[in-house]
Amino acid sequence: MYSKKNIKHYWLMMAPGYIWLTLFSIVPMFGIVMAFQDFNPALGIFKSPWIGLENFRYMFSMDDITQVFINTIVIAVGKLIGNLIIPLIFALMLHELTIKKLVRPIQTLVYLPYFLSWVILGSIVLNIFGVDGPVNSLLSVFGVEPIVFFGREDLFRPLVIGSDIWKGFGYNAVIYLAALTSIDPSLHEAAAIDGAGRFKRLIHITLPGIKTTVILLAILSLGNVLNAGFDQIYNLYNPLVYSTGDIIDTWVYRAGLVELQFSLATAVGLLKSVVSFILIVTSYALADKFTGYKIF
Amino acid sequence: MVEHKSFGARLFNGVNATLLILITLLCLTPLWYILMISVSDKAAVNAGAVTFWPIGFNLLSYQKIVSEVAFFTSFWVSVKRVVLGTAVSLAAILMMAYPLSKTSKQLPHRNAYMWVLVFCMLFNGGTIPWYLVIRGYGLIDSIWGLVLAGSLPIFNVILVVNFFRNIPGALEEAAYVDGAGPWRTFIQIFIPISAPVVATISLFTIVGYWNEFFQGLVLSTKQSNYPLQTYIQQLVVNLNLSTLDTEQIKQISQLNNRSLNAAKIFIAMIPVLVIYPFLQKYFITGITLGSVKE
Repeated sequence: MYSKKNIKHYWLMMAPGYIWLTLFSIVPMFGIVMAFQDFNPALGIFKSPWIGLENFRYMFSMDDITQVFINTIVIAVGKLIGNLIIPLIFALMLHELTIKKLVRPIQTLVYLPYFLSWVILGSIVLNIFGVDGPVNSLLSVFGVEPIVFFGREDLFRPLVIGSDIWKGFGYNAVIYLAALTSIDPSLHEAAAIDGAGRFKRLIHITLPGIKTTVILLAILSLGNVLNAGFDQIYNLYNPLVYSTGDIIDTWVYRAGLVELQFSLATAVGLLKSVVSFILIVTSYALADKFTGYKIF
Repeated sequence: MVEHKSFGARLFNGVNATLLILITLLCLTPLWYILMISVSDKAAVNAGAVTFWPIGFNLLSYQKIVSEVAFFTSFWVSVKRVVLGTAVSLAAILMMAYPLSKTSKQLPHRNAYMWVLVFCMLFNGGTIPWYLVIRGYGLIDSIWGLVLAGSLPIFNVILVVNFFRNIPGALEEAAYVDGAGPWRTFIQIFIPISAPVVATISLFTIVGYWNEFFQGLVLSTKQSNYPLQTYIQQLVVNLNLSTLDTEQIKQISQLNNRSLNAAKIFIAMIPVLVIYPFLQKYFITGITLGSVKE
């Protein structure tokens, strides 16, 4: 049935994809050697002098890079936790909604922000929290002086985490909702007949029913501990909040493409890539072990 | 379902429904707000008077956009990018996913191919090598740079592979018995059956290309090559707040034509608002199938 001549066609089908991958993913990977060079664009990768681990030594001697790593982890972990819990609560609320006609419209509308870019949403958020934006006009009713929200180091992280959760909770709830609908309704009926109230059924039926999904999503999100979200931060931050808001990706962008310190920026980027890679592989292994999840 | 309609249960239902409606509105208010700013009087906007209703309703901002060549140039760059990008990526993704959904017996070294894919998804060389390589290819200021530079969306390939694998093998065998080759089986059987997943990745691809701004910024040296999102990103002046006090920030923001910017932002949202109702009915099936499987 499956003759050998099919294989040639299979190769032909895969060729465009693998060529694309080679040119734009695999070739750039070799660029990481720049992290061990004093890269000079005029000399190129083959002639630039090798300096071993000098870039890494220099990197760890800088005070601000430690802060950048801390910012990245704090913001990313804040987002991971928020993006795990808030969509869960929302999904549970939506699942309990008795007016079934409303379920679909609500779901359709709440995942709209997920599909808009941070360029758009960032400028909207900056407008809303601006000095003369609606939030400040609301606060002024209570006699609060105007707050420069995005100029305050102490407010930047909560604003970033909060707006990220706002953007994604509807979308992130989709998987929970799918898991909730797959719980056998007869379990609920039996429990109700036995006199279990809504809260008891939530604890004993609903939550155990989606436990695997929650654990799986929690484990898989581990891989994002160093991904604080370049697009969002880049569109919301400014030099005044660098101390709490500058993350690895924004730092690498400025050091590399604005200040043209190619080697240093590559070294920092490489460190991030390697740590992220280890985290993701670990998370996949854990997911496989605890939930039997396989990527393919 | 047997439900005891006690007062408590009804109170819970009422509160729950109200909260959900408020949450939904919370997702829509920002979009509504930007629309209101765009159709309000410039002076009222700058005075911070506009919140949820237009003040001095007018469409001047939209009329003004008509004469802005740069806006349309960028809009056109984005349209070209979305059309070319979606065609190229969908073709590459689907064609790649079909052989990869076969067993190792049908496609020797199938698992090795998959691991290359997964490795490229999990590891990357970082922004700087990526940028220098693209520059080396001569793809700066080129539409093909904007289309190809992001590389193959591997997650989508895996999504389709997993979907194809759930298609019963008997279907393919029947096609072979009827004399169809691999291409025909792929195009006439696998793709039509996979409508939900094809719709899902189309949505992700279109939205992804439309929303991308960073590559547009670093891979263009001229403003006329900016895609729309990059153009808009550059409009919103990055104020250096550290050297200014509240009063000065206010003055600077008033020099900006905020109604006009809001109108541009709103127009940039329209394509997403238009395609998403058509495709969203598929994508729930699409993402659930791909991300949680047995």
